[in-house]
Amino acid sequence: MINDIISMNGYGIYVWSAFAFTLISFTALYIVIKIQLVKEKIKFDAKYLTLTSDKKKAVRAQEAYKGILASNSVSKI
Amino acid sequence: MLKNFEPNKIFSITSKAPKYVLFIFIIIISIGLIEALIISPEDYIQSHSVRIMYVHVPSAWIALGTFSIIAILSFVIIIFKNKSFVLIAKSLAPSGLVFNIIALVTGSIWGKPTWGTWWAWDARITSMLILALFYIIYILAWRIYDSREKVNRITSLIAILGAINVPIIKYSVDWWSTLHQPASISIFSKTSIHTSMMIPLTLMTAAFALFSILIFLMKYNTELIKIKNKGLDRL
Repeated sequence: MINDIISMNGYGIYVWSAFAFTLISFTALYIVIKIQLVKEKIKFDAKYLTLTSDKKKAVRAQEAYKGILASNSVSKI
Repeated sequence: MLKNFEPNKIFSITSKAPKYVLFIFIIIISIGLIEALIISPEDYIQSHSVRIMYVHVPSAWIALGTFSIIAILSFVIIIFKNKSFVLIAKSLAPSGLVFNIIALVTGSIWGKPTWGTWWAWDARITSMLILALFYIIYILAWRIYDSREKVNRITSLIAILGAINVPIIKYSVDWWSTLHQPASISIFSKTSIHTSMMIPLTLMTAAFALFSILIFLMKYNTELIKIKNKGLDRL
């Protein structure tokens, strides 16, 4: 039965390569986008930590930054 | 109503949603793969090669749908000068391009056992290739131009121009004599696909749509944090 699933009457090479290409593309895209997101978060954290306490206070007060601060690790420091 | 799409308002949703979307995606794709590769029957003419349909068709649908959404958003950006949609349109493009490439590659793999060739300059295939080129030009435009006003205008125009190609892709199989088969599924008429094949096709389409949403959310969050990083520099 396993052999039938793999060979698929000789079409296995086409079917499996199409599915493999799709799943590899998914994984590659996910990894690339995840790396970009993590890099931006790290950059944000680093910049935020260099701010003076007054500026940090001002940032925390702004609606625009609340969401990002809540989702980033820097908010827990 | 358009104010509800302001980045700061929806970030609380877009930052939390990816983990839930990823979880549902993994469940649906797992069931979809079992259905597509094992449970669904082989075709009486195409035999097992028909299984390629379960990755090829949803990819093509999502690539086409995503570009249509980008074009509609771009139209709103141009007409109403709505800035909230700029980030949404920009964040949709990467997954759209990848789905377009998957549709082309899996279509090419499917073409070999069914048509006896990897590639043909057929109307449907060529118009899909043109769509991929529009995606590439759209993404590159974001990297090339620095001026925000200019890049918004240029990318919107690229998307609107590319939208002309969308109906050509859809109706290419009806307008021209092509190697590519006509549509088997239609919203307005009875589908010619049996339920046993429709189930995996629906599952795989749902899984691919979820993956597209997942990538969109992650890209949207990245772009938003990038903007906020620039804001911190100006403090």
